[in-house]
Amino acid sequence: MRNLFRGELVRLTAEDPEVRAKIEVHWQRDSEYRRFLDAEPAMVVSEKWLKDWFEKRTEEGFSPSRYVFSARTLAEDKLIGFFSLWVDLVHREAWVGIGIGEREVWGKGYGTDMMKLCLRYAFSELNVHRVSLGLMDYNPRALRSYEKAGFRLEGRTRGDVQRAARRHDSLWMGILREEWLAMQDGEKV
Amino acid sequence: MRDIYKGNLVRLSAMDAEEAGKAFARWSRDSEFRRLLDSGVSSLASSKAVQTWLEKELEEDSIRQYWFSIRTLDDDQLLGDIDLSVYNWSARDAFVGLGIGEREFWGRGYGTDVMRVLLRYAFTEVNLHRVTLTVFEYNPRAIRSYEKAGFRHEGRMRGALNKEGRRWDILVMGILREEWMLAT
Amino acid sequence: MEQTMFDIQTQLFEGRDIRFGPIDYEKDPQIESRWTHDSDFMRLYDVEPARPMSPAMVKKRYEKLEKEIEEAKNLFYFAIRAREDDRLIGKALINHIEWSNGNGWIELGIGSADDRRKGYGAQALQMLLRFAFAELNLFRVTARVPEYNEAAIALLKKFGFTEEVRRRQALERDGRRWDLLVFGLLKDEWAKQAQA
Repeated sequence: MRNLFRGELVRLTAEDPEVRAKIEVHWQRDSEYRRFLDAEPAMVVSEKWLKDWFEKRTEEGFSPSRYVFSARTLAEDKLIGFFSLWVDLVHREAWVGIGIGEREVWGKGYGTDMMKLCLRYAFSELNVHRVSLGLMDYNPRALRSYEKAGFRLEGRTRGDVQRAARRHDSLWMGILREEWLAMQDGEKV
Repeated sequence: MRDIYKGNLVRLSAMDAEEAGKAFARWSRDSEFRRLLDSGVSSLASSKAVQTWLEKELEEDSIRQYWFSIRTLDDDQLLGDIDLSVYNWSARDAFVGLGIGEREFWGRGYGTDVMRVLLRYAFTEVNLHRVTLTVFEYNPRAIRSYEKAGFRHEGRMRGALNKEGRRWDILVMGILREEWMLAT
Repeated sequence: MEQTMFDIQTQLFEGRDIRFGPIDYEKDPQIESRWTHDSDFMRLYDVEPARPMSPAMVKKRYEKLEKEIEEAKNLFYFAIRAREDDRLIGKALINHIEWSNGNGWIELGIGSADDRRKGYGAQALQMLLRFAFAELNLFRVTARVPEYNEAAIALLKKFGFTEEVRRRQALERDGRRWDLLVFGLLKDEWAKQAQA
């Protein structure tokens, strides 16, 4: 069986709340990163607030419907981002949230590598039937990356987000189990 | 889509803590019922105590547990309860527990009917892969009923029960989604 | 009844045969409990596994709901009541409102099969949309519907909703997979067809 936590550029880790908070407070001051992440108003938050928030999640313990991973580069063991999977257990659908806070690795294939690991985890470990995600139309780099990973565009909710005094659509994508399996092309999953 | 709560003789309905508390307390005085149902020590409890315990159990809108009262179709009488407990979401496997407290309904097909309804719910609403149950060696009526509902024998936990001065086995039975789909 | 969309005098909560009202803790739990025992209704209304609820459970659900309305401030809930006797016949709500983006998700259900096919759903949707656009000032509303709910799809299309997203095989029910559809309606589109 393939190693679930090791890709070609990154490895997946679980980090302590303090570690996550320390790096995330720094990333979140980059409003472009923040605005790619979701549709809530960008805000600056304290390291303490983030630590408390991460601690609360840790206290909640393991849940069969939530999985969070941090990603570190294989080369320098540098923390560059995270992804989370929220699973609808009854319908076997997983929603991905992914973010790369380290600007210097943008556009260099780290996101693609992380998404590959994410999908492998979702399909061959969580056994979901489909993986879904949403993104904003002003994030074309992410759209390309997700398409490369095998996601198909399933639609757009028009004018969903208003930012920078303009209306933007949210894009919705999905990949089915059989589509992902076909992409593995005979590789043992 | 069909009504997934209804069988031929019974229907699944919500658990009302107060009503179920009274009924459970009454049924638990029937020690034969208790010993068929549960491996633990048979004891008595007041309806208030049972109600309080039920209210707490029912509080969580849990994705793991699906607990129903069983009522007759013709006159809405409360017969017992049945619950589905997903103990492993990864494997999509759940334990089912059934108890019919009203003696007059034993051996008349009510157990098989409610189990059929529950299996349909398990496989077409919760989308499970398999359903498991344990039943005691000294409960042949239930064993026959579960076989009729489609469960297969998978093993026995030898000597796991100690009652009336001797050891008894606990049987483990299971049914898979594909078996159920083929049979239906 | 002439309905002018943007005037203050026209009642927000009164329709022709129905009205929007608050929860009645004495009478409603019993009625809503009955709806939850109708698995057809439950499977049309929601994607979560259908579960029957006792009146006590419904009451607890109402309490949680009112608490959330109070705290989260991004949810509005209406009991749909018959005009003649105030009987509870359904529910309508706008949920997950993102104020900065001006969007929200709508849900609507007529609980008893006897009350359906009477136009109550259309009246309720009319009122709900007016509330969303003329009172909450949203830019758009979104609705999510399983592909097997033909009545809901027809109603949404009648009101000018566009099918925007097809989440393929996102739902498993009754032994097979179904698509989940997402519909959207923009304020301008609503205003145009409301005036028509």
